[in-house]
Amino acid sequence: MKRLLIVILVAFALALSAAAFAIDPLPFKDNAQRDRFQHLTRELRCMVCQDESLLASNADFAKQLRRQIFDMMQQGKSDKEIKDWLVARYSTFILYDPPLAPSTIALWFGTPVILLAGGIVVVVLLRRRTRPARTLAEDLGDDW
Amino acid sequence: MNEVARKPIGRFVPLIVFAALVAFFVIGLVWNQTHDARFVPSPLIDKPAPEFRLPRLEQPTQFVTKADLLGKPYLINVFASWCFACGDEHPTLMAYRDKFGLPLIGYDYKDAPQDARAWLDRHGNPYHEVITDQSGDTAINFGVYGAPETYLIDAEGVIRYKHIGPLTPDVIAKELEPKIRALEQAGT
Amino acid sequence: MNPELGQVALILALLLSGLQCLLPIIGAWRGSKPLMATAPTLAIGQAVFVALAFGILMWSFWINDFSVAYVAQNSNLSLPWFYKLSAVWGAHEGSLLLWMLILNGWTVALVVLGGKLPEAFFARVIGVLGFVAFGFLLYMITTSNPFLRLFPVPPNGADLNPVLQDPGLVFHPPTLYMGYVGFSVAFAFAIASLLGGELKSTWVRWARPWTNVAWGFLTLGIVAGSAWAYYELGWGGWWFWDPVENASFMPWLIGAALIHAQAITDKRDGLRAWTLLLSIFGFAFSLLGTFLVRSGLLTSVHAFAFAPSRGIFILVYLAVVVGGSLLLYALRAPKVTGGKSFALASRETLMVIGNLMLTVACAMVLLGTLYPLVGEALDIGRISVGPPYFGPLFLILMTPLVLALPFGPLSRWGKADLKVWRNALIRIVALAVTAGIIGFIVGARGGYQLLGITAAVWVMAGVAMFAIKRWREAPRGKRYPFEMLGMMLAHFGIGVFIAGAILTTSMSVEQDVSMKPGANVDVGAYDFHFNGVTETQGPNYRAQQGTVVITRNGKHVVTLHPQKRTYSGGQVQTEAAIEAGVFRDLYVSLGDSIGDGAWSLRVYDKPFVRWIWGGGVLMMLGGFAVVLDRRFRLKRAVEPETVHAKPEAEAPRKLAEGEA
Repeated sequence: MKRLLIVILVAFALALSAAAFAIDPLPFKDNAQRDRFQHLTRELRCMVCQDESLLASNADFAKQLRRQIFDMMQQGKSDKEIKDWLVARYSTFILYDPPLAPSTIALWFGTPVILLAGGIVVVVLLRRRTRPARTLAEDLGDDW
Repeated sequence: MNEVARKPIGRFVPLIVFAALVAFFVIGLVWNQTHDARFVPSPLIDKPAPEFRLPRLEQPTQFVTKADLLGKPYLINVFASWCFACGDEHPTLMAYRDKFGLPLIGYDYKDAPQDARAWLDRHGNPYHEVITDQSGDTAINFGVYGAPETYLIDAEGVIRYKHIGPLTPDVIAKELEPKIRALEQAGT
Repeated sequence: MNPELGQVALILALLLSGLQCLLPIIGAWRGSKPLMATAPTLAIGQAVFVALAFGILMWSFWINDFSVAYVAQNSNLSLPWFYKLSAVWGAHEGSLLLWMLILNGWTVALVVLGGKLPEAFFARVIGVLGFVAFGFLLYMITTSNPFLRLFPVPPNGADLNPVLQDPGLVFHPPTLYMGYVGFSVAFAFAIASLLGGELKSTWVRWARPWTNVAWGFLTLGIVAGSAWAYYELGWGGWWFWDPVENASFMPWLIGAALIHAQAITDKRDGLRAWTLLLSIFGFAFSLLGTFLVRSGLLTSVHAFAFAPSRGIFILVYLAVVVGGSLLLYALRAPKVTGGKSFALASRETLMVIGNLMLTVACAMVLLGTLYPLVGEALDIGRISVGPPYFGPLFLILMTPLVLALPFGPLSRWGKADLKVWRNALIRIVALAVTAGIIGFIVGARGGYQLLGITAAVWVMAGVAMFAIKRWREAPRGKRYPFEMLGMMLAHFGIGVFIAGAILTTSMSVEQDVSMKPGANVDVGAYDFHFNGVTETQGPNYRAQQGTVVITRNGKHVVTLHPQKRTYSGGQVQTEAAIEAGVFRDLYVSLGDSIGDGAWSLRVYDKPFVRWIWGGGVLMMLGGFAVVLDRRFRLKRAVEPETVHAKPEAEAPRKLAEGEA
């Protein structure tokens, strides 16, 4: 009886301590499928983690979703279908690649706008400050 | 060589942009005081709850399906024996179980049934019914990612409200109860 | 020793920093030599007390004084001694004390090395640093006191988070803070020049060595963090565009722009206002990083535990320091543009373009990092912004910079020789394309891999071409001044980094496998053989240790021992086993016991991953090398011009004199 108790306790302790790690062997058909899986899960957020991807996370939730995504890939679903399926349940928060939508216009167009603004400043600066090369004396000092 | 001084209005641009940034941070800090960033709003609000067929904790050979629960609004409370915050929420559920006026269904999430039974025996059972989802696969369809979570589902099986995190009397009074009353008035 | 003495030391330091801020600046304003002369004494006084506080905290860790709450939260009787000491900066309060210690380190260095700076300017610089110190000390004392006591005293502490029980904790925060905090020197120089109304830009030459060293340290700190994440977290990644990582990257980008803008202002007297602005931005982004990490606004694995008061205080501090500086800039930045003229085709233009791309890249990172907050605050839904956003955008923004990079050094100031450009372009294109073709022949596949090879060769060939040209044209003994050497090292480092980053991302092979003892798996050109798992023990943990023998073409390469550790506090931690190589890393991580003696394992072949950090180290060395240059040695105290100075007609003569 005592031995049984010890076995149960040890099993229970192991169950608690064996956190589900991100290491999760899945039976991929081939390298291409594995690459696709890694690429996809790298772009998805683990909802219970403090900023980790589904591929990298050790959390139980992440492991479960990885299995789910793997099953869907085996069923022939496309990346878009899988992402839509997840977004329907977890909102766009699960996507590390923010979709282009009215709410993300400032995000995606902000950088080109800033670049344009900066570019204009630089162009104005250069027009004001530069002189035609022929009017400048040869400045042989490299000034190192 | 030196150019004439230009109107230095542009010199104020960095300050103005920075001031806007600080204002934005103030808004952010205020928002942070009133919200927990870990709790993501559910995209399933006002959408039909997923179909489910889960065994009862008391009688695992019997199943509860979505169809069984149609016709009257009900609450689903996702809990587990391994969930600390569920213990925090538990006294509130015990106090309110009859005050809701709706069936309170416990959803045992990723738990061994015997652990759940032991937990309920130890703390008390606030639920009118308990169903178990050991694998957690059905929970994914609900958009569950942790415990505790609470769903309000109307008589037609549409999710009307979700709360992530422990239910408190404050949340119940300010958010859940108004939703329940709205359903009653709408006659669903 | 009573830990309360630490608190007393901090309060004394606070008082001294207040005086350090007021007296020298008033002295400089009033021209009072006695007041200005207080600067070194006050600065050293403050440094002594901060060092004392730091020493007391470290002592408390050494003797396991769990009556100090911070020690109880972050240490443990069985923690190895070197982690006990580095646990001092393992959490919020202690890391702030490290920040202060390093700020004082920089200030004392200025006191010791800056003796030849003009009196008023030096006084203002120390004064500004006193202001920075005062706010930070106030912040610490009111919201984040590391010396709070705990009663009843627990018999043992909670333990340092196992993720932090690593050499990384010894190196990463101190070097990173050396960088962050080091930008305060460039900042102080800029503010001192604005306060004093300096017309001439000689202060920029004095600021350059300090800025380069700070940037070098920041580079090292980021490299250390990346390498640490790589081997600690077990997923083979080295950068995730996590908000806290971005918080360190933004000052780095500004710093890179700043060291180039300073060069233009120093040598050609151009871009004076921009250099001032960037000097403010550099430190502003450092403070912004400090704010974001401790405010609770960001979701990140690195974020410190926060309390609302901490976030608010730092925001107020940020607003005052940066807002005040930008106001000062708006009111007093030089209104007269100047500097030597330059043609459109010139080194100046290329550097301006470089500055533009670096600054826009910084803005892009800021936008992406803050956008989730926008989503929350404006209630437009929760949005995540991660590597799929930052990665491609950063690549696009850096492309013009990488293309222009070889031509900067090859150009002259003022007017570039277009023939030189044309010849260089032809040669570099030829070399890059050849390298791409060779890569293709050797087995590189995919646009991304070929891009990595051609871009890396583009940059490295550019540096090599410049080096050869210089060798031929410059007289012996004057071929490679330190400033130039630094530039070459850093630019070459960029090429190495590009190769590492792009090739490792596109060529890595990663597999999760389940293996029974005796099983084999092929990873790339290597064969991984699993020999099973045994139990082993460490100072404060028990571990399951796997044995994996790696061979290539039958020849033994290495035997690796990945571990899964259970610490005395109960936490479980995977320690990956890595065989580091110049051209590739082999990596094994132990997963779970699946039953039947089988285990899950993660195995990697990561080509060129060390080149990422190698490139970073070269950049750091470049930054450090620059400061050894003779031009930065102050021969005699130079009195700068101020707004009350002589009329325009004398300006050209003064300008020439100033370039000593």
